[in-house]
Amino acid sequence: MTAVGKSLHRREGPDKLRGVAKYIDDYVFPNCLHGVTLRSTISCGRVLKVEQDPAFDWSEFTVATAADIPGKNCVPFLQEDQLLLARDRVNHPMEPIALVAHASRERAYEALAHFRVEYAPEEPALTMEDSLRLRRTIYPPDNVFKDILISKGDTAHGFAGAHVVVEGEYRVPWQEQAYIENNGMAAYFDSDGTLVAMGSMQCPYYVHKALKVIFDLPAPRVRVIQTTTGGGFGGKEDYPSVLAGHAALLAWKAKRPVKIVYDRTEDMAATTKRHPAKVRHRSGFDREGRLSAQDIDVVMDGGAYMTLSPVVLSRGAIHAAGPYACPNVRIRARAVATNTPPNGAFRGFGAPQTLFAAELHMDKAARTLGLDPAELRRRNILREGSVTATGQVLRTSVGMDEALEATLQMSRWPALRASCEKWNASSRKTWRGAGLAAVYHGSGFTGSGEVYLASKAGIALTREGRVKVLAASTEIGQGTNTMFAQIAADALGIPASLVDVETPDTAKVPDSGPTVASRTCMVVGGLVAKAAAKLKAELAPRGKFPNTQAALRRAAASLCAGAPQREFIAQYEKPAEIQWDDRTYSGDAYGSFGYAAMVAHVEVDRSTYEVRVLKLWTAQEIGRAVNPALAEGQIIGGSAQAVGYALYENPIFRDGRMVNASLTNYVIPTAPDTPPMEVALLEKPYRHGPFGAKGLGEMPMDVPGPAIAAAVHHATGVWVPKLPILPEDLAAALPA
Amino acid sequence: MSAIKFKVNGKPASFSGAPFRRLLDVLREDLGLTGTKEGCGEGECGACTVLLDGEPVNACLIPVCQAEGRAVETVESLGTSKKLSALQACFLDKGGAQCGICTPGMLMTATAYLREAPKADDAAVRQALAGNLCRCTGYQHIVDSVLAALPRPKPAKKRSSRARK
Amino acid sequence: MRVLSPSDADAAVAAMRDNPGALALAGGTDLMVSWNVGALNGRTVVDLSRIAAWRRIEMGPASVRIGALATHAEIQRHPALRRHFPLLVEACATVGAAQIQNRGTLGGNVANASPAGDSFPPLAVYEAKVLCVSGSGRRVLPLDEVFAGVKKTHLAAGELIEAIDLPLPARPPDRRFFRKVGSRLAQTISKAMGAGLLWLGPDGRVEDIRVAFGSVAPTVRRLRRAEALLRGQPLTPELAAEAVALLPEDVSPIDDIRSTRAYRLRVCGNVLRDFLLEDAR
Repeated sequence: MTAVGKSLHRREGPDKLRGVAKYIDDYVFPNCLHGVTLRSTISCGRVLKVEQDPAFDWSEFTVATAADIPGKNCVPFLQEDQLLLARDRVNHPMEPIALVAHASRERAYEALAHFRVEYAPEEPALTMEDSLRLRRTIYPPDNVFKDILISKGDTAHGFAGAHVVVEGEYRVPWQEQAYIENNGMAAYFDSDGTLVAMGSMQCPYYVHKALKVIFDLPAPRVRVIQTTTGGGFGGKEDYPSVLAGHAALLAWKAKRPVKIVYDRTEDMAATTKRHPAKVRHRSGFDREGRLSAQDIDVVMDGGAYMTLSPVVLSRGAIHAAGPYACPNVRIRARAVATNTPPNGAFRGFGAPQTLFAAELHMDKAARTLGLDPAELRRRNILREGSVTATGQVLRTSVGMDEALEATLQMSRWPALRASCEKWNASSRKTWRGAGLAAVYHGSGFTGSGEVYLASKAGIALTREGRVKVLAASTEIGQGTNTMFAQIAADALGIPASLVDVETPDTAKVPDSGPTVASRTCMVVGGLVAKAAAKLKAELAPRGKFPNTQAALRRAAASLCAGAPQREFIAQYEKPAEIQWDDRTYSGDAYGSFGYAAMVAHVEVDRSTYEVRVLKLWTAQEIGRAVNPALAEGQIIGGSAQAVGYALYENPIFRDGRMVNASLTNYVIPTAPDTPPMEVALLEKPYRHGPFGAKGLGEMPMDVPGPAIAAAVHHATGVWVPKLPILPEDLAAALPA
Repeated sequence: MSAIKFKVNGKPASFSGAPFRRLLDVLREDLGLTGTKEGCGEGECGACTVLLDGEPVNACLIPVCQAEGRAVETVESLGTSKKLSALQACFLDKGGAQCGICTPGMLMTATAYLREAPKADDAAVRQALAGNLCRCTGYQHIVDSVLAALPRPKPAKKRSSRARK
Repeated sequence: MRVLSPSDADAAVAAMRDNPGALALAGGTDLMVSWNVGALNGRTVVDLSRIAAWRRIEMGPASVRIGALATHAEIQRHPALRRHFPLLVEACATVGAAQIQNRGTLGGNVANASPAGDSFPPLAVYEAKVLCVSGSGRRVLPLDEVFAGVKKTHLAAGELIEAIDLPLPARPPDRRFFRKVGSRLAQTISKAMGAGLLWLGPDGRVEDIRVAFGSVAPTVRRLRRAEALLRGQPLTPELAAEAVALLPEDVSPIDDIRSTRAYRLRVCGNVLRDFLLEDAR
């Protein structure tokens, strides 16, 4: 019996359904204090003085400031520019300045009012435009965290020969991950002095690295354990390092366990969001509607510190041309600093921003050229043998054509478009429209990222005769546990019920890299399969692998030689044909891409301009669906988040601070707002992915934005080149 | 201050602390029933949904004094480690839970909905679940799970197809 | 934090009289949000939820009396309200979602006086009367005399709402509407909302009309100017346009985190026009 390709039940499902799965706030630590954070009240300026009210009784409180940090005061990512606690200046209005802990959470919050911070405020740069004009130098010399140039062919030549040139500017805002479990972390020091951090996170080894630096501890003295995590979507990629540093610092000072669990407002206002972006497109087409040149300029708002912005920008830039083959391409992309909280990872990681622009621009081009949007795409999409903007030759597993055609077929595209037009000719109450988008999404880290990561994952055979997957890749709702078990089971030829997945705990699992970038299945799953092959080679080089627990136990008796388990570790090795040049930004940006298309059917109220998505159809080519039900869950869930991005989610910032930081005022879709979706999983196996699998978690986030925007245009004739598309925008554009 | 007495999952419970303590905190911290989750603390996300005399309510908006003499049901009342409830089994089968943090509240709202003997209607289920936010599933597999748990299940609509090329 | 739990009206009135500054607690859906962020620390709370008499919904000869503690869910289920006051039933179904409707009360909604109170436009067009009680006795206030501004009422210190009276109209309206426009379909705070009742005379002219909008002024607003214009007139597109043009005389929407003044005015105008020009539902 094989496991891969079957919709096995979610492994931790029963525990979650019974409410016994333990999230960080469900753990009780003896003698634990609750930590809270004193934050800046200005967006930019010097901190002159931090004082504690002498009239307030501080005796029961633990207070920590930058001066208490035993190691380096920083949150290490690509650079160390972000401090764990501000010292003499603040660069955004949620910057942490001091920490307080008390046995009662209420009292800890109460103490925050008894600090007095004196500032010398400075004029901030709050927008990308302010930043580029150097209204305030935040990141010397020019506020640009990263400047990328991708160049292919000769755009001047391409435009010179163009029959039509189409231009457009597109804007997208922040987006809040809005996982339902807020960020939370607990920290304590073991009797042997080991620092232990437990909490909600995507990347245990990121937290591990940060704590080593902040506390100047050797690796074995830091242990990081992921607890059941109530959603991440990128929002728990880098921020947990900050939170762990804070909780650990208070624990170090108080000599007691400390837990920090943010409330919703603090989580929304202080933690990372999707980068806002402004994208300009200029594209040339020949007489047949084939792209002759693309000139694209991308600016992303990184916030006050670098964090992961260059990497987000990189993915955004590489995807900026859309899934099209164009001989002459120039893409310039910059991430700039502003006096707002740092932006970070959110499902799609830069690509949803640039693909929104690319795809809506194609819709505009179709109109200019008088072509059906589907037809224009047919003439330009990437196919086997096509060359991308970075010069990557797509050799195998290229499913754009199949995804596009399947989506058009599922939605009955021509008939659907015609029915909308007919409806609009007769209905007085609503308009209807249908829009199309096509995307590709690179699986795994960009460029040489996977080489630098050099991830490791393992398989253990235990004395009890069970097989255990060892990886730091986390289950955050997407199905990691189940998928790993399926891959390990088939790699060994045993039932999946004999496979366990170890808790991501840095004391128990190797560093398989962060749980991001649609890499967990394709890259880490591949390592799991490779490690399993090592076990198999050791145990049954020629014969049949034992496939009952009794037989495995017998085999383990000699293999484990008295130890509780025997581990086999596999490390990432770059397939030889992948070549990437970081200097010129050219070559194989990703080992492979997933491909997806979507049709959105929308209805717009003619009196209130409210937009409702009636239905979404999507076909997504993902190499191989290891677990089709979980894959479909990822696609539907990711698409729903993007429906929010397209129509509802509107973060409002004033003076660099999010003012609608609550689930009441930051509106995400409810069940009635979320349309029924029809999903087709297409499979063109990728030879370096486990059982052919590519990444799939992020791609669903890329498609609905442009498909819905195109559909709204089809319905109303109103061109809104930004997200979210609000009824207010349509009202302003439509004649009364 | 006399103890506040009420029932939790059919068993008598009492609480003698501050009468304005949130029912959510009493359940989680005083009674150790951590299956009920907090997502927003302002009655918006529904993660803390429990049933109060059979009706879904947000436990973050109820001072425990208002639970006096009433019956509270939480996710812990549904299935056991040996046997999931029919609704839980449908959630497992249809993929109604992903990260799981909204799941207990979602199950309680769905439990109340199913007790009303509703008809199998996608839109009605979505409306019934409007007070429970989920950020993972896009709701569709949750709606499928609830529909599958209806007493007389209709044949599930085929929503996805799969082709191997 | 001290909690008093009177079990009848007299005890509640006494509790409010004896504890100046005490907060009245009904379903808690607003008050608990403030409590949870620490805004009410140290206050005395009078929990009204045990006053059974204030929960009842009773049909009288000329009116339906809704106890202040009747929940939005109970209102939706009540046969007399469904029959005679369908706009209120519709509005109550848009308050939050089931969890809020099961707790939030009509009296609490009125006392809270949010500009976006979902039940207010229907209460305004049904010409609701608010029955109040305090240490100095009972009094009845028309709805629009209850509201003083954003989250402010004209209730005296310690005065409580015990019921809302909805007078039965002389005859059922020929046309009605309730419309709530929020940021999403469910569980949403309104950007604008309206309710209307229209009676046509035998000649097809407007015999009477009542229209009210919410979320477009500090308090719910009846469109007095437009109503006066429309009474006695035949409903023509020109007249409807004139009525729409009068909107800024009665409402004064603002730009805020939820929407804009321009959008709110536009939508109210469209909804009013739709009501005046389309056939009865």
